[in-house]
Amino acid sequence: MDFVLTLVNGLSLGGIYAMIALGYTMVYGIAKMLNFAHGDIIMVGGYTVLIFLSINPILAIVASMIFCLLLGIVVEKVAYKPLRGASPLAVLITAIGVSYLLQSLALIIFGAQPEYVIIADLGVLNIGEISIGYNTIITLVSTVIIMIALTLFVKYTKIGRAMVAVSEDKDAARLMGININMIITITFAIGSSLAALAGVFSLLKVPTITPTYGSMPGIKAFTAAVIGGIGSIPGAMVGGIFLGIVECICNSIPELAPYTIAIEFLILIVILLVKPSGILGKKRREKV
Amino acid sequence: MALLEVKDLEVNYGLIKAIKGVSFEVNEGEIVALIGANGAGKTTIMHAINGIIPKARGNVTLQGEDITSTPAHKLIYKGMAQVPEGRRIFQELTVFENLQLGYYSKKGKAEFEEKLTEMYEHFPILKQRSSQIAGTLSGGEQQMLAMSRAMMSSPKLLLLDEPSMGLSPLYVNTIFEMIETVNKQGTTVLLVEQNAKKALTIANRGYVLEIGKMVKTGTGADLLNDEEIVKAYLGG
Repeated sequence: MDFVLTLVNGLSLGGIYAMIALGYTMVYGIAKMLNFAHGDIIMVGGYTVLIFLSINPILAIVASMIFCLLLGIVVEKVAYKPLRGASPLAVLITAIGVSYLLQSLALIIFGAQPEYVIIADLGVLNIGEISIGYNTIITLVSTVIIMIALTLFVKYTKIGRAMVAVSEDKDAARLMGININMIITITFAIGSSLAALAGVFSLLKVPTITPTYGSMPGIKAFTAAVIGGIGSIPGAMVGGIFLGIVECICNSIPELAPYTIAIEFLILIVILLVKPSGILGKKRREKV
Repeated sequence: MALLEVKDLEVNYGLIKAIKGVSFEVNEGEIVALIGANGAGKTTIMHAINGIIPKARGNVTLQGEDITSTPAHKLIYKGMAQVPEGRRIFQELTVFENLQLGYYSKKGKAEFEEKLTEMYEHFPILKQRSSQIAGTLSGGEQQMLAMSRAMMSSPKLLLLDEPSMGLSPLYVNTIFEMIETVNKQGTTVLLVEQNAKKALTIANRGYVLEIGKMVKTGTGADLLNDEEIVKAYLGG
C-alpha cells in the first residue's frame, strides 16, 4: 500500500517537473538555447501568488500565470533577442545573468526569510488504508490535462505546426511565411505560464518560498528534459514523470533517502553516457 | 516591367566577395535558368533574393516593389515561393503536414482542399503517402513534396534551387515536367541548376554565372548551341 502512495506522489511530483521541463525543452527546440532563468520564473510566480493571495486564491493563480507569461516575453525580448545569432555561450551566460537578476530582485523586495504561501487547505482523500492529499490529485489531473492540451495544440493548430517546423529547420520555416520571432515569443509565453503553474502546485505541497525557490526544481526539471531528450515535448513529459517517481521511491527508502539528489543526477550521467540524445530524443543532423 | 529584377547584387561572406555585382531579370510567364559550376554563387544569389542571407549592395524588386530588405518570412505573402537547395522538407512531419505548412501564408479551407487535390493529381504518390513521415520518402519523392509544398501557396514566382540534385534520371524528368506544367499554368520560374543542359532545354532565357559574375546571357536555345557553354558546362 505504501508503494501505491509513493507511486502516486511520484507521479504528482513528476507532473510538476514535467511542466517545468516543457518550458526548457520547447525553448531549446525552438530557439536552440538553454534558458537557465526558467527555474526562477517559478519563484516569481510563487511571489506573485503571495501578493494576490489576500484577494482571492484563484485570482492569485491566474495573476501569477499572466505575470509570468509577460515576464517570459519581456526577458526574451530584452535579454535574448539581441543575442540571436551570437555564440551559444554568450546566450547561456546571459540566461544565468537573468537568473541571478530575478533572484536578487526577489531578495531585495521580499528578503531572505521564507514566506508562507498557503493557497488553500485542500484536505485528504481516504481510500481504504491509503490517504492521498487532494493537492496531489489536483496536480496529477492538471498535469494530464495540460499534457493532452499541449500535445493537441502542437499537432493540430497552425501555430503548433509552425513551432515544429521552426524547431526542425528555421530557414525552411521562414520560406513558408512563418515569423520566427513571433513563434519564439509564443514559446516563451507558454513555457513561462506553465512554470508559474508548476510553482502553484509546488506551493500546494510545501507552502514556503524563498528567493532561490526556483533553483532546485529548475535544475531537476532541466535534468528531466535532458533525460527525456531535450527538444522533445513527449520527452519532457516522460523525463519529468520518471524523475518524480525516482525521487519519491528513493525518499521512501530510509537507506537511500539521503542520497536522493545524487541518485537523480547519477541517472542523468548514465543516460548521457548510454544514450546522449535522451530517452525520446532523436539524433538530428545539424544543418550547415 | 519585369516580375523580378535584381540589380548590382553583391554578397559577401566575411571578407570574401561571393557575388560581385550581378544583375538579371525574370519576366512574367518565363522560365529563366541560372547556370554555372559549383561555387559560382547560384545558391548564394537565391538566398540573397529571399532574404536568408544579407545583401552587401544592390536591390531586388518584385512586381516593381522593392523587396531588398523585406524579411524572408514576408516574401511568400508577396507571391514568391521557393524550393530550397537540398529540398529542406520537414522530415519529422507527415507529407500532409508539410503541405499544410506550404499553405501557411494562405487562408481558406476550401481553397486549401482544392490546392491539395491539385498537388495530389500532379504527384499521386504523395496522396498514397500523405500520412507517412516525410523523412522516410525517397529523394525523388521528397523533391516532389518540396515542389508541391512551394506550389501550395499559388505563387506568382517560383524559385527552384537545384531541383535535380541527387535524383535519378527518371525523377529528374518528372520534376522538369512538373516545372513546365506549373509554368504553363501561369507560374513564372527562376531555376538554378547544375544540370545546365536540362535547365536550358526548358528555359526561355538563361544566364551563365562564373565565380560571382554574370558572363553570358541569351535564350535557352542560343546558350545550348553556344560553343563555349557546350565546352564548359554541357560536356560537349
